[in-house]
Amino acid sequence: MAEATSSTTTPAKPEAEKKTSAGSSTFARVAKYTGVRIVTMVITVVIGLYLTILIANMGGYVDNIRRGQIREEQNTRAANDPAMRRLSLEERQKLVEERIALAEKRLGLDQPFMIRSVNFLTHAVVLDLGRAQQMTSSSGSTLVRLIILERLPPTLILFATADIVLFLLAIVTALILSRQYGSWLDKFFVALTPISSAPGWFYGIFFILIFASVLHWLPFGGMVDSPPPPTKIGYFLSLMEHMALPVLSITFSQLFLNIFSWRTFFLIYSSEDYVDMARAKGLPARDVNQKYILRPTLPTIITSFALLVIAMWLGAPILETIFNWPGLGRALYQAVTAYDTPVIIGETVIFSYLLAITVFMLDIVYALVDPRVKIGEGGSK
Amino acid sequence: MNLRSLKEIFRYPTAVAGFVIILLLIGVSIYTMIAIPYNQAVLLWRGNESDWYTNPKTAAPVWFNWFRKEKLPETLVLTTGDEAVTSTVKETKDGRITTYTFPIDFEFDSFYDDISIFFTSSYDAKAPFVGLKWIAPDGKETRLGNFSIGRKYSYRMGQDKKLTTKLKGNPAEIGLFTDLKDVKTPIKGQYTLEMEVVSFDKNTEVKAEYVMYGKLAGWAGTDHRRRDLSLALLWGTPIALTFGLLAAVGTSLSQLIIAGVSTWFGGIVDTIIQRVTEINLVIPFLPVLIMIGTFYSRSIFVILGAVILLSIFGSGIKTYRAVFLQVKESTYIEAAKTYGASNARIIFMYMIPRLIPMLIPAFVVQIPAYVFLEASLAVLGLGDPTLPTWGKIIDESRNNQALFQGWYYWVLEPSALLMITGLAFTVVGYALDRVFNPRLRGQ
Repeated sequence: MAEATSSTTTPAKPEAEKKTSAGSSTFARVAKYTGVRIVTMVITVVIGLYLTILIANMGGYVDNIRRGQIREEQNTRAANDPAMRRLSLEERQKLVEERIALAEKRLGLDQPFMIRSVNFLTHAVVLDLGRAQQMTSSSGSTLVRLIILERLPPTLILFATADIVLFLLAIVTALILSRQYGSWLDKFFVALTPISSAPGWFYGIFFILIFASVLHWLPFGGMVDSPPPPTKIGYFLSLMEHMALPVLSITFSQLFLNIFSWRTFFLIYSSEDYVDMARAKGLPARDVNQKYILRPTLPTIITSFALLVIAMWLGAPILETIFNWPGLGRALYQAVTAYDTPVIIGETVIFSYLLAITVFMLDIVYALVDPRVKIGEGGSK
Repeated sequence: MNLRSLKEIFRYPTAVAGFVIILLLIGVSIYTMIAIPYNQAVLLWRGNESDWYTNPKTAAPVWFNWFRKEKLPETLVLTTGDEAVTSTVKETKDGRITTYTFPIDFEFDSFYDDISIFFTSSYDAKAPFVGLKWIAPDGKETRLGNFSIGRKYSYRMGQDKKLTTKLKGNPAEIGLFTDLKDVKTPIKGQYTLEMEVVSFDKNTEVKAEYVMYGKLAGWAGTDHRRRDLSLALLWGTPIALTFGLLAAVGTSLSQLIIAGVSTWFGGIVDTIIQRVTEINLVIPFLPVLIMIGTFYSRSIFVILGAVILLSIFGSGIKTYRAVFLQVKESTYIEAAKTYGASNARIIFMYMIPRLIPMLIPAFVVQIPAYVFLEASLAVLGLGDPTLPTWGKIIDESRNNQALFQGWYYWVLEPSALLMITGLAFTVVGYALDRVFNPRLRGQ
């Protein structure tokens, strides 16, 4: 397996080195491609964010919540203000209304919807979403940005690990299976494909039942023991222990479909004429596998993996809720339960960022492995 | 795509099994919708103690006993008027004495949790009087209590202090089933409860419900609110199927049409649609759905509409577009163009039908994804507030720490149904794909 693993990662490198040593033009092309992608990506993200905000604010729903809050705030403040007591009821009412109007104006709520939504967009882009209504970060702050950024690392750790494990396992198995097409092992894995019809959280429930409830081998959920172990090694081990089940769930649910489709890609590319030609020339099997089969298949595989990673991000809210993982997804669940509007919108924004960054990173990887981009076709694509 | 090729599907045994399961699920859905009308189901599921008082809390399903050596007590409900309950009537001067005999067949290895009798009566002036007698298998008789019942009266045997004292400090559900010397093991056999109802006027009607709360109840078990899970399991079926089917058809059809339009017109239309698809990729699907569920409505139809709207520009477009690009170059399209067919005619009559063999397997395979999506939203607490669904059972079981408490049936039953549904549609979809598109998956 180790041999096969290395074979998946190496082929891109020598090619890239060769090319860069041949001249800086390749680098320039990739850089140009990347630059173009960054610009389009930024535009895409902004439009995507704007649509998200439109949905969140459709019919001024969110504004109404904010207006209600302002009204309540001003009313309670007036009720607690000793200076207001001396005024008559009408006067007091008038003063409160004035204050509400002022507060709404300060927040830009008197402007037309289009301007307001653009205002909101510029705030959302930098995650400046004000203060949460209920939730706090562990430092006690109610700033939405802090709450969200604090929960980003656990989510990244969990999903990056799961992605890596999944990618390596799937590609190695797919390569092995494609070499023994039709064997019982191949048929066995193909038969397991329908397992992927259920999402990770669903298997999570079963794995919790088996490994936590019945066998007591692994914890029910959470990220580290409570209280956290004092030493770094202890912390790491505890983290691994808690991460085992969520990673297993994600991998289990996605693995078999990917093995199947990647195996099919490998089979398609290995039936090309130039592969037969290479074999006929008497090239060693290892070279044929790496340079003639794996290499041209990689862009296709990366595209399919990109879509998978995107789908996995979107599964985060529920997977993290099931496993009590203190990440972004569970924060979204908590925000929904607490009806914390700013946090819900902030979460939606950060998830679109995550998606955009994922798409962008995979674009770059694509540019590195797809020869068409290097030759210069990529810019116009 | 004719009937003969459809028959080919029978070459795949798993697909046949999947097909049978789908038919069964459809059958269950139809049965459920006829047997338990929608309104009744919704009312019952939102109901409280007064609807479900004859069920114990978090009881496992009765078929647990099939796999157990030590049998757990099954919940028993006997009502006056049941066939098993016999009665004799003795007329008196100003009323009558009715003696009901409740047969209790006790063949279990542990005790009941509680025993209660719920009376409802109607009378003119004087409330009827009830006397209870317990007869053990060896013939030993125990007087349980005498009391006058109002229009509504419940007698909780385990909480009757006098009776507990009489049973040497053991509550009724334990004391009555032992010889009072060894109170750890129950004595099996045929017990009888004799209930004497003395009525004081002619118009007196008495209905008594004798309930023994066991560890097991019904074929699906019950939840923390005593509700019978079978209701939600049954009603979850049509909801899951409808949601999955509508969402899958809606999304695949709209993607197909957009891909067709995009390829046919090409140029700027194509570019715009491609860009919109890319933007759509960045819109976080589930968080937006969660947002809609929180801010606007949790109604299943609103969610369904949102799912379809958000998926119109989904990644399926790219797949369909690739095939349409080939179709567009076909000679018969060329021919249609020459005789002056309109754009709409070419797209809808000539191009889209070509992709139907690709579309059908795709949407059958997609159904489970949407069934699970509905369950996911329910598990996040965003399920339709009125409907009993599979996802909501999982959600409630999780909220009540079912896995922690060992109430596994509560989680496993809806999960198993979800899994079976998912597998059935996937397997059939794959087989359809192989039948319709032999070249695409021929490897």
